[in-house]
Amino acid sequence: MSEKIKEWPGVALKDADIKEKKVLFTEWRPNLKYAWDTGVGYGRYFEGLRNGRIVGTRCNKCHRVLLPARAFCEWCFRTVDEWVYLKDTGTVNTFSIAYTGTQAERLKEPRIPALIEIDGSNGVGIMHLLGEVDPKNVKNGMRVKAVWKPKEQRQGAITDIKYWKPFEEGTR
Amino acid sequence: MSMRKVAVVGAGMTKFMRRALETGKELAWEAGKMALDSCNLTVNDIDSVVIGTAPDAFDMVHMKSEYLTDGCGAWRKPAMRGFVGGGTGVFSVCQGWYHIASGLFDTCLIIGEEKMSSCVPHPQGAFVTCWDQFTESPLGASLLWFFAWEMNRYMTVHGITEREIALVSVKNKRNALDHPCAQLASEITVDDVLNSEVMAWPVKRLDVSPTSDGAAALVLASENVARRITDKPVWIEGVGWCLDTMYVGQRDLYYPKYVEVAARMAYDMAGITEPSKEIHIAEPYDPFDYKELHHIEGLLLCDKGEAPKLLADGYFNRDGNLPASPSGGLLGVGNAIAASGVMKAAELFWQLRGEAGKRQVPGKPKKGVAQAWGDEMQVGTVVVLGI
Amino acid sequence: MSPLDKITLVNQVQPWYGEIPVYGQYTFGVAGERFFREIKDNARIMGTVCNSCNLTYVPARLFCERCYNKLESWVDVGTKGRVHTYTVACLNLDGSRISEPIILAMVQIDGTCGGLVHQLGEVTPDKVKIGIPVEAVFKAKAQRTGSILDIKYFRPC
Repeated sequence: MSEKIKEWPGVALKDADIKEKKVLFTEWRPNLKYAWDTGVGYGRYFEGLRNGRIVGTRCNKCHRVLLPARAFCEWCFRTVDEWVYLKDTGTVNTFSIAYTGTQAERLKEPRIPALIEIDGSNGVGIMHLLGEVDPKNVKNGMRVKAVWKPKEQRQGAITDIKYWKPFEEGTR
Repeated sequence: MSMRKVAVVGAGMTKFMRRALETGKELAWEAGKMALDSCNLTVNDIDSVVIGTAPDAFDMVHMKSEYLTDGCGAWRKPAMRGFVGGGTGVFSVCQGWYHIASGLFDTCLIIGEEKMSSCVPHPQGAFVTCWDQFTESPLGASLLWFFAWEMNRYMTVHGITEREIALVSVKNKRNALDHPCAQLASEITVDDVLNSEVMAWPVKRLDVSPTSDGAAALVLASENVARRITDKPVWIEGVGWCLDTMYVGQRDLYYPKYVEVAARMAYDMAGITEPSKEIHIAEPYDPFDYKELHHIEGLLLCDKGEAPKLLADGYFNRDGNLPASPSGGLLGVGNAIAASGVMKAAELFWQLRGEAGKRQVPGKPKKGVAQAWGDEMQVGTVVVLGI
Repeated sequence: MSPLDKITLVNQVQPWYGEIPVYGQYTFGVAGERFFREIKDNARIMGTVCNSCNLTYVPARLFCERCYNKLESWVDVGTKGRVHTYTVACLNLDGSRISEPIILAMVQIDGTCGGLVHQLGEVTPDKVKIGIPVEAVFKAKAQRTGSILDIKYFRPC
């Protein structure tokens, strides 16, 4: 069949067709604003961040730490058992040096998003950014520590941690 | 389980394009009409319709499968949309399969459609609300971060280089030169990939598939009906799908376990015990070059970490032992999300019937596997087709 | 003893605000391009005819949704129709009061199975009835851009 079709359907337009208005088009700018409730688990997690703590929950059936804190264990499908308070140190599991932003736009200065395994969580990672480090020197397995915003600037959000910086054991 | 045999009997698709003049409805109709014409059916012969299409924001049409119904031949018919993000295209084939295998319908028209050019400045922006609103989006997360992490982790665990991975892009874009619907077919080198603009290291411009407008369609039929329609039915021998945890920090990114689970489900159904020997041709999901290797491993077509070496040896070339993405894949033909998944199944249909023209793989392949991936990057959808 | 039982911080649990930072840019399509060009250039409303289903679609479409065949026969369907149904809109999209209520009608174009959603003008709500004949009033040619708003409104005729 595939080789019998002579003319495959589809009229490809060029950017210029839009820019120079060679074809008709219309635009719609949605005005969609959302207020997402953080809920039980995340609510406590963010309250913890406001206070400079990383909060998880533990399921005593599968013995996992759930991070960020969540109200139920999705493996055992039951309520979790307790809150756990974790250190603000961890290990880089994987990272990127990102030159593109949320709109696929080019960034002048790259950002370094990393998956950071939080100490005491048995290898559970959270998404965050690295700072105070030359991108060339970032390695998987690198030890990092949270750099917090000053307490009065915190708002109960993931951005209450500015970024994570490399650190050596035994230092602050 | 007593389930009926289901065959693919027709296929069609549009060109994949950066921006199409056609509306989404019109793209869907072009593909659907071609699929019906290919097996001499009319829309009146169709009992049920499955509409596959990715997040609504990509077409910037809310409830877009309802919007697409007329283009999908769904007028006054039982139609449904199942949705697993990027995995939707192949999942649509699974859905069509159970529509018929269950005995509920004798025929099903499956259409995958995407018109991503409607989403400006870039469909990336729509993902802002696909990330976790609380823990990820506020960091300015881009979808590329995630792919970069996965590629980094894959390279680190197995000691793989960017150079080895770039060969996938070279292969698929070259394969696409023979595909009449391809958007980004070209002859490039590994160095071209390595020297292309870094987007989110280790991901570079030429590691990535484009955003696309396009549609693809399949016609499915029950065994009795299929044998009346064609003397070359291609059977759907197995289907599988699986979702892993959506917490990115709670799965190891070096290996797509969810693809393995989905693949095992499909292979079990197909009676396949040694996929690496029994599968002759593969269409793994390749929105990024490393992703094809990742998925080949998840599909159990080789050992973990072994895919790059086999690739370098030509194993996955069109004339290799196990051709992978002979269509040109998403990297070459284009990434019209759900349409691309259906396109991959359509490619197997054409290849297994020996109708793939210049793309035909040698050796009369008998069994193929197509796979897609997506959702919150943790779904695997798999179909095994055979003659 | 689950954390669910220990939540005492309800007043501190706050929402996170966000939006989707994209907008839509839509081409009119193969049939739509021609349909809206005719409105823009010639103040004509066009339909496409399906001879097997005996239907004329307005706005013109590329294919028949019933028999799924391509529609290649274009016809000028005139500018007159009837009010199929209507409503008097008193609220804006944001829920605020519209100072001058808008009459929104589904206008079935004569001789077709289709119609256009549009405003009625030169008439007050109390004079509108289902079934009344109406005709399209176009903007001046220089002001037309290739949009459904190139028709100012439909008015009784």
